[in-house]
Amino acid sequence: MPKPHGGKLINRKIKKDILKKELPEIEINTNLSEDILNIANGVFSPLEGFQYRNDLENIVSHRRLSDDTPWTIPILLDVDEKEIKDIKKGDIVLLKNSKIGLQALIDIEEIYDFNKKDIAREIYGTDENEHPGVTNIYSMKKKLIGGKISLLENKNREFDEYNLNPHETRILFKEKNWREIVAFQTRNPPHIGHEYVQKTALTFVDGLFINPIIGKKKPGDFRDDVILKSYKTLIDNYYLKDRAVMSILRTSMKYAGPREAIHHAIMRKNFGCTHFIVGRDHAGVGNYYGPYDAHDIFSEFPDLGIIPVFFRSFSRCTKCGTVVNEKICPHDQKYHINFSGKKIRELLRTGKIPPEDMMRKEVAETILTFKQPFVK
Amino acid sequence: MAEEKEGKKYTTISIPTPLANKIKKRIEGTGFTNVSSYVIYVLREVLSGIEEESEDAFTKEDEERVKDRLRSLGYLD
Repeated sequence: MPKPHGGKLINRKIKKDILKKELPEIEINTNLSEDILNIANGVFSPLEGFQYRNDLENIVSHRRLSDDTPWTIPILLDVDEKEIKDIKKGDIVLLKNSKIGLQALIDIEEIYDFNKKDIAREIYGTDENEHPGVTNIYSMKKKLIGGKISLLENKNREFDEYNLNPHETRILFKEKNWREIVAFQTRNPPHIGHEYVQKTALTFVDGLFINPIIGKKKPGDFRDDVILKSYKTLIDNYYLKDRAVMSILRTSMKYAGPREAIHHAIMRKNFGCTHFIVGRDHAGVGNYYGPYDAHDIFSEFPDLGIIPVFFRSFSRCTKCGTVVNEKICPHDQKYHINFSGKKIRELLRTGKIPPEDMMRKEVAETILTFKQPFVK
Repeated sequence: MAEEKEGKKYTTISIPTPLANKIKKRIEGTGFTNVSSYVIYVLREVLSGIEEESEDAFTKEDEERVKDRLRSLGYLD
C-alpha cells in the first residue's frame, strides 16, 4: 500500500467538549465544509488546514506545495472583509455550517489578498467566465484565511453507509489482503464500457475501489442515490465480492482537467490505492483541454506515488463482438459503436431499457425504479 | 547559494562537467529543456522512493473500532 501523500495520513478531529469559551463564528457553505471534512479525515493529506499564501503561490506557479510535494488544486477559505472585521492573526474562529451540522475550529495564521484572474489562468488555463471553475473563482469572497483546522462536529448525513475515510479504506484493504488497488472515479451509473475499463484494470491488481463523487450536480445529471444504487447492483451481480468495493467521495468537481486529474490521483493515493484510472478528457469541460492533457501531465510528477492507468478510448466492435480499445482491435471505425452516455440517458428518460450491449439490464432496471433519476 | 526564481527558491549544486554533458545529450529531443529540469526530475523520483512514512496516529483500539464499523456496513465479514 502506498504511503499517504506527504508521508503522513492527517487526522484533525477533536472532541467538541474542548470548546470552553465563546468564539467568533463564520458561517461557511457546503463546498468549504466538504474541504474541512477532507482535510480532517486525511483525504487531502498532507494538508492540515486551508492554504497559506506561499503554498497558494507555489501551487499556482509550480503545481507543488512550498515543500515541493506535488499539489495542483488550491484548497482555500475565502471570507468577506465584514466577516473578519474583529478577527486577526492568532485568533481561533469557529467555522459553522448550520445546514449540515458541521463545526470546526481554525487557527488563523494568515489573512491575505489574492488575484482571482491569475489563479484562474494558471489553474484552469483560462480566465473566461464561461468556464465553471473560473466562475467559482470569480465568485469567491475578497480575502483568504490560511490556518490549521480541527473538526469538532459532523452530523450524520445521507449516504454515510457508503462513506469511508482513508483510515478506514486502508484498514479495509489490509484486511482483504489487497496490496495493489486500482481506483475508479465516477459521476455516472455504470455502462458496459465502464465495466470493461474497471475489469481490465482489475485483472492486473488485487482490488477495485469504485469511488463516486457525490455532491453538487447540474440539472439533467443522474442523482447521487441513482448512481450508488446502480453501482451496487452491478457489483452484486457482476463482480467478485472480494475484489471490488465502493465508497463515496464528497467533494466538488473543479473542471480543472489535467491539474484536477493529479488532485484526484492524490486523494485516491491517500485512500490507499496504488493505481488510478484516467480516461479521456478527465475532469474536463467544453473544449478547454485536449483529450489527453490529463494523461500527459502525469509525466511531470515522478514523485506522485500512485500509478496512472490510462485509457484512451473504448467502444463495442461489431466485428470482434466485444468491447475493445485502440490497442487491441484492428477493425475500422465503421465497426465501432461508442458508449454514448447521452443516448443511454435519453432511453432511460423515456422509461426504456438500453440495449444489453450498452448497459446491464439489472443496472437499467435499478435506475428505472426511480421515478425521477435525474437532477431537476 | 539559494536564490528566488519565479517565486520559488532554488540553490546551485555542482555536478561534474562530463556528467552535465552526458545529460545534455540525453535530453535532446525530450521534454526536458535543460540539465537542471532533468536533474530535478530524477532526484524527485529517487527521493520519493526512499522517504520514510510517519507513524500512524491510530492505536490498536482505533483500528478495532474501524473494523467493527466496516463489519456493520457489510464491507468485512
